[in-house]
Amino acid sequence: MVQFTLPANSKVVEGCIYQNKDQNILLKKLKIYRWDPEKQENPRLDTYEIDQKKCGPMVLDALIKIKDEIDTTLTFRRSCREGVCGSCAMNIDGINTLACIKPMNEIKNEIKVYPLPHMKVVKDLVPDLSEAYKQLESIKPWIEKDPETRNDKVHLKKRERKQTPENRAKLDGKWECILCFCCTTSCPSYWWNGDKYLGPAVLLQASRWINDTRDSRRKERLKEIDDSFKLYRCHSIMNCTQSCPKGLNPAKEIAEIKKAIVTEK
Amino acid sequence: MNKSYNIIDHQYDVIIVGAGGSGLRATLGVAEAGLKTACISKVFPTRSHTVSAQGGIGAALGNMGEDNWKWHMFDTVKGSDWLGDQDAIEYLCSNASAAVIELEEYGMPFSRTEDGKIYQRPFGGHLTHNGEGVPAMRACAAADRTGHAMLHTLYQQSMKHNVEFFIEYFVLDLLMDNEGKCCGIIAWCLEDGTMHRFLAHQTILATGGYGRTYFSSTSAHICTGDGNAMVLRQNLPLSDMEFIQFHPTGVYGVGVLISEGARGEGGYLTNSQGERFMERYAPNVKDLASRDVVSRSITLEINEGRGCGQNKDHVLLHLEHLDAAIINKRLPGISETASIFASVDLTQEPIPVLPTVHYNMGGIPTNYRTEVLSPSKSNPDNICEGLMAIGEAACVSVHGANRLGTNSLIDLLVFGKSASNVAKEKVKPNSAAIKINSNSTEEVLGRFDKLRYSSGDTKTGEVRISMQNIMQKNCAVFRTQKLISTGIENFKNIETSLENLNIEDKSLIFNTDLTEALELQNLMAQSKVTLHSALYRTESRGAHAREDFTERDDENWLVHSLVWLDKKGTVQLGNRPVHMNTLTNHIQSIPPKKRVY
Ligand SMILES: Cc1cc2nc3c(=O)[nH]c(=O)nc-3n(C[C@H](O)[C@H](O)[C@H](O)COP(=O)(O)OP(=O)(O)OC[C@H]3O[C@@H](n4cnc5c(N)ncnc54)[C@H](O)[C@@H]3O)c2cc1C
Ligand code: SF4
Ligand code: SF4
Ligand code: FES
Repeated sequence: MVQFTLPANSKVVEGCIYQNKDQNILLKKLKIYRWDPEKQENPRLDTYEIDQKKCGPMVLDALIKIKDEIDTTLTFRRSCREGVCGSCAMNIDGINTLACIKPMNEIKNEIKVYPLPHMKVVKDLVPDLSEAYKQLESIKPWIEKDPETRNDKVHLKKRERKQTPENRAKLDGKWECILCFCCTTSCPSYWWNGDKYLGPAVLLQASRWINDTRDSRRKERLKEIDDSFKLYRCHSIMNCTQSCPKGLNPAKEIAEIKKAIVTEK
Repeated sequence: MNKSYNIIDHQYDVIIVGAGGSGLRATLGVAEAGLKTACISKVFPTRSHTVSAQGGIGAALGNMGEDNWKWHMFDTVKGSDWLGDQDAIEYLCSNASAAVIELEEYGMPFSRTEDGKIYQRPFGGHLTHNGEGVPAMRACAAADRTGHAMLHTLYQQSMKHNVEFFIEYFVLDLLMDNEGKCCGIIAWCLEDGTMHRFLAHQTILATGGYGRTYFSSTSAHICTGDGNAMVLRQNLPLSDMEFIQFHPTGVYGVGVLISEGARGEGGYLTNSQGERFMERYAPNVKDLASRDVVSRSITLEINEGRGCGQNKDHVLLHLEHLDAAIINKRLPGISETASIFASVDLTQEPIPVLPTVHYNMGGIPTNYRTEVLSPSKSNPDNICEGLMAIGEAACVSVHGANRLGTNSLIDLLVFGKSASNVAKEKVKPNSAAIKINSNSTEEVLGRFDKLRYSSGDTKTGEVRISMQNIMQKNCAVFRTQKLISTGIENFKNIETSLENLNIEDKSLIFNTDLTEALELQNLMAQSKVTLHSALYRTESRGAHAREDFTERDDENWLVHSLVWLDKKGTVQLGNRPVHMNTLTNHIQSIPPKKRVY
């Protein structure tokens, strides 16, 4: 069961119910977590009833419909609405995923919507991701070139570095990550040690750079991450891989990092 | 009122508004030059719209067949229907390869050819030998997630350079002094609700396009053209706003994009009779004709009753004849999109598609140095001091009346860098602090406060959808005087409801009720000037197709349109000459001729 970090001494209470009394509708109920930092109130679960016939197929379509037509105060992030920007990550029906590519039809009864678990909540469905972004920065997720291996003649002629398709393929399954943090916020180890453990999303980025044959810091990168807290809090529970809405497999990549550390020591 | 807003002041050499591809590229350049730099964005950088770009970045690397930047220039001028400024286009195309190679240096995970070079694919309107040869392999790609790869790479580099970001800060307006020089901006921090004034010697707008003025658009929800509207509010003009690109292949019903790269890899379109109709409209390059041409062809097929499906209102894009392995390798993103949004397995069946609003050729007029223009009667190239613009927000103009696919991403890189070079030249590190002598801060906060406390009876969403429907209906692929005029009439009604909004949420922390209303004000201003610009231009050129003026009219209309919107809402129109001259004598000006594909 997913657990949530809620604002201090707060119990989630039942909130407002917005009924839809129209006839002949395909009724869908959404129960949505609400919390306003500027009000001294407990978080609550508001219930909204919508007509699915007059709404797009995805959960995000429903949220937008509610915001446009029923309750304009409902707050959530969204941008691309096609599963590529990572803005709309939230916990839907107990699973962390992207609202814009989660079809409502996959959920039988009412749809429960919470913010990503175990992160500070800014407001309603908006989590505070600033710590996760800092962790990302800490692994130096950018290319470091080794001037020695750089063929300067090639450089003068203004040509690109070469990389074989096989070497490029080593990045597949890693570079596609959209930093939605669905995986990280579903990882029990991260819930308990999020201040020190890097979590699957950031470790996947680490592996993206460890495996880029154009980068000169593979050794150092492996060494920097070889830390009981940063890396070894992962106990291969696999929640991360199950939740990744892009079908990536951070658990496998983490295992690969551990293996590389052992074999390349 | 204003007393209740506590303003936090900042001083910078240069500020960049926007963290999409163009904003990040400019930020990097300015930071590398040692100037005190801030990049301000309403979303976390990698959530910017650039992340959605699929097909590729245009540059004549010639990795997979012969190519030359001069041919790229020819195609771009022809694609623009001769409305692009040739000095700017020369600058773009002659700097394109270096920009792509620099991006590779930054760590961009390009797809590769067998011999390890950057992979390139064909795209609509890109040919060899000045339009006479075979299609050019010019679109540098990372599978079909090129924008994702590029935006993440640029963000990674910004982290490396320790750039100062202000993320989830919503920029409200520009600050101008009494002499009309831009001195910075006011931004609202969504996370904690505070107000910030950023004063800077140069302000670079990189705020993207305004696709959300239309009901059906490939753009992200955040594409509301805020920077364009900020410029209008300072009584500065926008340029070529009538030129809106419809992408031929948005997924029917939802509008999400299927990249032109799909046709580049061998995909083709059919109508209800199973006919490959593009062979009729563009006998030479067929499905790889320029976007405006393909979009008009599809619309004609549908209007003449040859559309597919129950309502005969779309056409089909076929990829099922291609090798599934190639699709998996080259087009994994659109396979996912087709399956999620159209429930189609594209290795088995075609995708239903429809022309969908995709790109804004018009925007803030600039010269090739990215300085914003404030044209006057005596000097059409007059510069507005302190202000620059890049990316989709800007109208440099390299895309003229119709942008070629892949030319936006390269525009972001080349002009993002150009902006940083010019800023470097204009601002010396540690220049004296900026002081502002006008009361523009009060004006901005006044507008904000008024909207925040408005308690009419209309919801933002209601007005937005009415606006989007008008644009969709009255300013579509084909236009007439009557159609547009009706649009302008109907628009007046919703303008009154804009004055009558109800903002339920009065708070300051992450108040998206209010951000959406602010964005709506911006969208409304741009819709209005777009309608008027479309009515103004009585010819057909590029993406602007008038059924009552079907020919291009070089005698009267080989000019950029300009449009102003004053505080009372009155629209004023004007022109600015197209730069037919090139920048250097490396290439001769390309004279207008009839555009056939
Ligand atoms: C689906 C799709 C596919 C595409 N594929 C291609 C392609 O293959 N090749 C190609 O060349 N082009 C392509 N394009 C076009 C191209 O992606 C865009 O034109 C380009 O990315 C725009 O970049 P930009 O830097 O101008 O702005 P954006 O990426 O839109 O960024 C705008 C930035 O401004 C910020 N901003 C806006 N308003 C405010 C405000 N009020 N306050 C603070 N910050 C603000 C935003 O937060 C954001 O960071 C595609 C477009 C779409 C829709
Ligand atoms: S596999 Fe590792 S990272 Fe993934 S959920 Fe389990 S502990 Fe967390
Ligand atoms: S690995 Fe998947 S779930 Fe995790 S951040 Fe990346 S895209 Fe999101
Ligand atoms: S809105 Fe971009 S991932 Fe959902």
